[in-house]
Amino acid sequence: MGPAPDLRLLWRLTALGLATVLVQIAAVSQLKIFGTNADLTPLIIASAGLLAGSLPGAVFGFGVGLFLDLALVQTVGLSSLLFLIIGFGAGRLRELRDPQNAVVPIAVGAAATAIAQVGFSVMQFLLGDEVPMGFGLVRQIVLSILLGAIIAPAVHMIARRWLSPALPEDPRRRRRRAYTTGGLSPLSRS
Amino acid sequence: MYDKSVRRRRITVALLVACSLLLLTAYFGESAGGGLHSVQRGVLQVVSPIQDGASRALKPVRDLFGWFGDTLKAKGDNSKLKQQVVELRAQAVANAAAARENVQLQNLVGIDRSGLSAAKPVTARVIFQSPSVWYSTIGIDRGSGDGVRIGQPVVNGDGLIGQVTFVASNSAVVTLITDGSVSVPARINERNGVTGVMQTASGSPDDLRLRFLVRQDIVKTSDTVITSGTVTDAGRYTSLYPPNIPIGRVTRVDDAGSDNPKVHIRPFADLHHLEFVQVLTRAINGNRP
Repeated sequence: MGPAPDLRLLWRLTALGLATVLVQIAAVSQLKIFGTNADLTPLIIASAGLLAGSLPGAVFGFGVGLFLDLALVQTVGLSSLLFLIIGFGAGRLRELRDPQNAVVPIAVGAAATAIAQVGFSVMQFLLGDEVPMGFGLVRQIVLSILLGAIIAPAVHMIARRWLSPALPEDPRRRRRRAYTTGGLSPLSRS
Repeated sequence: MYDKSVRRRRITVALLVACSLLLLTAYFGESAGGGLHSVQRGVLQVVSPIQDGASRALKPVRDLFGWFGDTLKAKGDNSKLKQQVVELRAQAVANAAAARENVQLQNLVGIDRSGLSAAKPVTARVIFQSPSVWYSTIGIDRGSGDGVRIGQPVVNGDGLIGQVTFVASNSAVVTLITDGSVSVPARINERNGVTGVMQTASGSPDDLRLRFLVRQDIVKTSDTVITSGTVTDAGRYTSLYPPNIPIGRVTRVDDAGSDNPKVHIRPFADLHHLEFVQVLTRAINGNRP
């Protein structure tokens, strides 16, 4: 018998978070696409929230943000705060609406990138740092959001593949499946 | 049951938010030697070998993407560069003559031509780069054990990169010149006495600006900007950067002739594709020219 579902989800989320941060800072941050850098971290956190729910999403966001702040010697607490909002928000969307449309990961990815980018600027401003606000920065933020939206489906697919063995069966989804297939799957009738 | 799970969720999220705010407050309130900074130092020390390994392992991926990007960029640059070649050829002839004279003059006055080698450069590999536009930082695989200290300037073959702002025993963090917190005393190479302070320009992290010029200062597009080093005799105001390190080229001058001319600079160094850098671990003669 394997470990409990919660523990399996915990270690899979931990591995996913560590791998994402390492790939992000060792490779993706050094690649310029459309004149800006892609940021995988808000995308993976939003995907985790969408797949696992608001509580795991918030905890995952907090953990990844804290690790990122410590490993990159940034202001501790800043990324954790923003990323926990992203994880929690994506999780609540799943719990309240349970959207199944294929466009959802793109929209959520764009929203997560926007929250991360705009949130950073607002927080930097509140913390008293000189914010280089201007057309160039707005352009960079918009391009980052576009780039985030483009790569969000691929990131979501990877997250789903990695997390799905540890995800608990969702009663709402099971009910919907039963409704759309007439109560039972064709396989179980035979 | 439902109420219980909702309550648990709310309490956990509230705790996490409170924890983040506490960490933020504590981090801002403490000095560089405080507890959270020490934790960061410890994490950096543990994580930097992993980052180093990941950076080496993912180099082919970076190179592949870089190749695509470079090819597209090269096509666009091709025609522009052809025009520049014509202009620069004439300039190169004049420069070669000036360089010959310069070598002779330097030998005459006994100036050390390898000024940077005397600054004990320590070569380091870049092991990570900050993903956010808000933090222009890189991590390097050399630390206090190699003589790296906070405040030391960092260069590569193209010019100035930034300064060391955080040190662990086996790694360090370099804040790039495109970060808002970095100011570099600089001067225009082609013009005598035109000095200012180079900072990042508002609105574009890759656009540097030379500030604190005066109305009389004449600056033209394509002028080169270099570090000025320490320009005052007062011991309290020494520059962190040795003189004559290339910074960038002037791309645009707004409001020329006004009290506050805006000189825009594009850095020589490609700060998005850094593999190796050098930390200058010794200041010579207080970084005076």
